[in-house]
Amino acid sequence: MADTIVEPAKKGGLFGKEEKRLILDPLHSDNPITIQVLGICSALAVTSQVYKSLVMAIALIFVCAFSSLIISLLRKSIPGSIRMIVQLLVIAGLVQIVEIVLGAFAYSAYEQLSVFIGLIITNCIVMGRLEAFAMGDKHTPWQAFLDGIGNGLGYGWVLVGMAVVREIFGKGTLLGFSVMPESYVLNNLMVLPASSLFVIGVFIWIQRALDPTLVDKS
Amino acid sequence: MGGDSLNIFIKAAFIDNMILAYFLGMCSYLAVSKTVKTAVGLGLAVIFVLGITMPINWAINTYLLADNAIVNGVSLTFLRLILFIAVIASMVQLVEMVIEKVSPALYNALGIFLPLITVNCAILGGSLFMVSREYAFGESVAFGLGSGLGWFLAIVAIASIREKLRTADVPPALRGLGIAFILTGLMGIAFMSLAGLNPGDYN
Repeated sequence: MADTIVEPAKKGGLFGKEEKRLILDPLHSDNPITIQVLGICSALAVTSQVYKSLVMAIALIFVCAFSSLIISLLRKSIPGSIRMIVQLLVIAGLVQIVEIVLGAFAYSAYEQLSVFIGLIITNCIVMGRLEAFAMGDKHTPWQAFLDGIGNGLGYGWVLVGMAVVREIFGKGTLLGFSVMPESYVLNNLMVLPASSLFVIGVFIWIQRALDPTLVDKS
Repeated sequence: MGGDSLNIFIKAAFIDNMILAYFLGMCSYLAVSKTVKTAVGLGLAVIFVLGITMPINWAINTYLLADNAIVNGVSLTFLRLILFIAVIASMVQLVEMVIEKVSPALYNALGIFLPLITVNCAILGGSLFMVSREYAFGESVAFGLGSGLGWFLAIVAIASIREKLRTADVPPALRGLGIAFILTGLMGIAFMSLAGLNPGDYN
């Protein structure tokens, strides 16, 4: 652990420019969902309620941050040919921990999310960050940890944002509390799983319209 | 029994479609659906991997991991995720070697997405659904093949649409990804009409 704290200190403290970028970039210009298109699978299925997506986002931030940290600490001793399997085992172990903890302390969330907690293993964000960042020799374990948190947050805010839209318009509630006036007619389309695709399509549209540098070139 | 399996097969392929109802396997679905040819190749590989891993994982779950399966009073279910993903990873390795031998052109076209079938949520998701729905052996085979077929149909359909779309006039900010998402949503609704639009089922 010692070198994780000492190394970045040379480059301007624990939260230098580089570290800030690692956290902030994934929130907008390098967002894992809307720009890199990673981890869509689980993102879409849990956004019908804000509560479910909050739990999912927290679980992903935990798994992403700690798998990055562990892989980054181990990176010099992992043989190249089996690195995928090592990464999967680390991720699977962490997800199993999340699953057991949720089952014990938040049983209703555990029931509602069912297989989607297990599917964090195959969430491309986690694997993608391990391959693209944590395995790189230029990055310290502390930076890898921050990169994991940043990408988890980038995933989380899109997830919760979508869930807010869908829950308010589809059920007239927010976190289970009624927020819409009595006269509001529930929009059943928003409850259907397909609507999450429309919502994310519109999110991408808005983001790229505001920032034309992000538009697809092809 | 036979009727049950057929039901599960059709339900998995059309009504509970992996992509259009559960959004599993979206990453490779969006990335490989630019041309029909690669879409067909990846779709077939997914059918194969799902069809093979499902019975193997069923056997592992029933004979190794279930309560009292090996040692009385001991349940090894906490190893489920790790063992499932190991089976899937080795099957994908197998498919990769076969495709490389049989069709090097397809192998090159699929590129990184072939090994990434390992982390295709549809495969692990299928195995986890099988556990939570408590399928029997025959049913799990039917479910695996059915979900594979559903995935295949969905990716080929969107690839065909996206090939046509290249000549369409889409707003710049919506081009590429944005429109692909909205298309998938429309296809999802179209597929849903096979079961009858009933939002109550999806809460």
